[in-house]
Amino acid sequence: MDHVYKKLEPGNSEWAVEARGLVKSFGNFRAVDGVDLNVRTGSIYGVLGPNGAGKTTTIRMLATLLRLDSGSARIFGHDVVKESQIIRQLIGVTGQYASVDESLSATENLIIFSRLLGLGRAESRKKAGELLEEFGLTEAAKRPLKNFSGGMRRRLDLAASLIAQPPLLFLDEPTTGLDPRTRAQMWDTIRRLVNTGSTVLLTTQYLEEADQLADRIAVIDHGRVVAEGTSDELKASVGTSSLQLKVQNPLDLEVARKTVEQVLDIRSNVSHEAGKITAPLVNADRATDVLNALREAGVHLAEMSVQKPTLDEVFLTITGNGITEDATSSSSKSKEAEVASV
Amino acid sequence: MRTASIKPGADRELKNYTSFGQTLRNSLTMAYRGLLKIKRTPEQLFDVTLQPIIFTLMFTYIFGGAISGDVLSYLPVIIPGILVQTVITTSMVTGVQLREDMDKGVFDRFKSLPIARIAPLAGALLADTIRYTIATVLTFVMGYIMGYRPDGGLGHVAIAALLVIVCSWSISWIFAFFGVIARTASSVQGISMLVLFPLTFLSNAFVPVDTMPNWLQWFVKINPISHLVTAVRDLANHGTVGWDLGISLIGAAVIVAIFAPITVRAYMRRT
Repeated sequence: MDHVYKKLEPGNSEWAVEARGLVKSFGNFRAVDGVDLNVRTGSIYGVLGPNGAGKTTTIRMLATLLRLDSGSARIFGHDVVKESQIIRQLIGVTGQYASVDESLSATENLIIFSRLLGLGRAESRKKAGELLEEFGLTEAAKRPLKNFSGGMRRRLDLAASLIAQPPLLFLDEPTTGLDPRTRAQMWDTIRRLVNTGSTVLLTTQYLEEADQLADRIAVIDHGRVVAEGTSDELKASVGTSSLQLKVQNPLDLEVARKTVEQVLDIRSNVSHEAGKITAPLVNADRATDVLNALREAGVHLAEMSVQKPTLDEVFLTITGNGITEDATSSSSKSKEAEVASV
Repeated sequence: MRTASIKPGADRELKNYTSFGQTLRNSLTMAYRGLLKIKRTPEQLFDVTLQPIIFTLMFTYIFGGAISGDVLSYLPVIIPGILVQTVITTSMVTGVQLREDMDKGVFDRFKSLPIARIAPLAGALLADTIRYTIATVLTFVMGYIMGYRPDGGLGHVAIAALLVIVCSWSISWIFAFFGVIARTASSVQGISMLVLFPLTFLSNAFVPVDTMPNWLQWFVKINPISHLVTAVRDLANHGTVGWDLGISLIGAAVIVAIFAPITVRAYMRRT
């Protein structure tokens, strides 16, 4: 029986996740189209992308919930396909929709998961009690989950993922739909988890969240990694700062955009409702050129500023997508979250 | 938050298989979950409570006079028949509920846990034996109230009851398979009915076989349900064990041997 017990070579434990060329198709639709990921042990890795970019599919493949169509993935050196049962002993998964039992109470949920993970009857009860206390759910422990709020459900879901204290946690959009206060609490919890030695791979559509939490970020769009690096590296890749202009007369917007793009020789982003133009600026001096050109064109400005780039701009520049209504409101929401948590 | 640090992956003892003992423990835990669910939503026991009562009353008084001359002498024929028919119909619900259950997020977690793959299915099926037990006991009690006094004695009646429960559990694997491959709960119900009706009615459960046309007798005689009904009659009415008991148990084992693996495989493949 010795051969079934495997220990990792120490050299392998540097990487928690190594994925090469992951592909998954659903019919004709390639949800994930050749994704590479390297996640260092003990770090928080953010996978950032709009809805439908392939984030969830990627996580589900790494967590043995979906078969790979092609490519390979290793978790702490273990192959996801061949050693799936070993992988399941090393990971915790928290889904986009809370994966807990609706018809049971919080305590019953945790006890059943503990029992399944091999804890004894008394141990399971104790563990459930500890986790409920840790996540502030003790008062609601006996209530059926039907009456739980979204935040409570998420907390219970995360608690369930921590029973076995897995060294790698997959969190699929852990804060989507949470209010600012709960979101800030979730961020704290994730940071503390990493301090205890866990590795976290999280997906998010909130740029702010990736910026706040992740040591490294992969930007995914249309099933491909379009950029990878630290938050600072990604920001640096789109220029050192950005120029923001607001025109007085919305009718001038198009003229202003053309002028800006001509002078800076770069693509800009236009928000029609706000009458705003945002453009990356390699050199702050060039702002003067833009202003002169706009005066010559007879465009009157209401506001003008030069700012350090946000991840929003990085994201838009990289993916080349116009920002959708949804993404605009969600990213501004996450900024509110920041303010609230300060 | 706990201060103890998390044991690194490299220092853990890991195994890439599940032992038989673990499979059993996991399945029992999942069965416990099933029982908790029944406790939380007792209304799902309506069918197993009402069906035996209504069917036993209905069939006995409708067919009793026509088939056996009077109700009392029909009881030894109909009670084992009704019992098998009711309990096996009950096992159909297993597939429907499994389908509903699998659509919930919690099955994602079961899949991501290092547990035996068969456990979520086996556990659900195991928990459902409580439903079969309720239906079995109620049918016998109804029969007793109406004047059925099985000559085999209580011991043999208990063995007969156990036989019906075991066979229904085996047959529920067929419905579990439909439950796993079907898209919606209502389609599970549809397919299952299609299988169930010919099987239970084209048998010796309600009427003597020799009243049927020859071609039909041929089917009724090879129908495993007929053998199960005969085995129950032998046990309850005469206290004897015949070849039909053997055929029933072998049939049950064959069903599990075929349907358990393909159900688990379909369950694993489904995403």
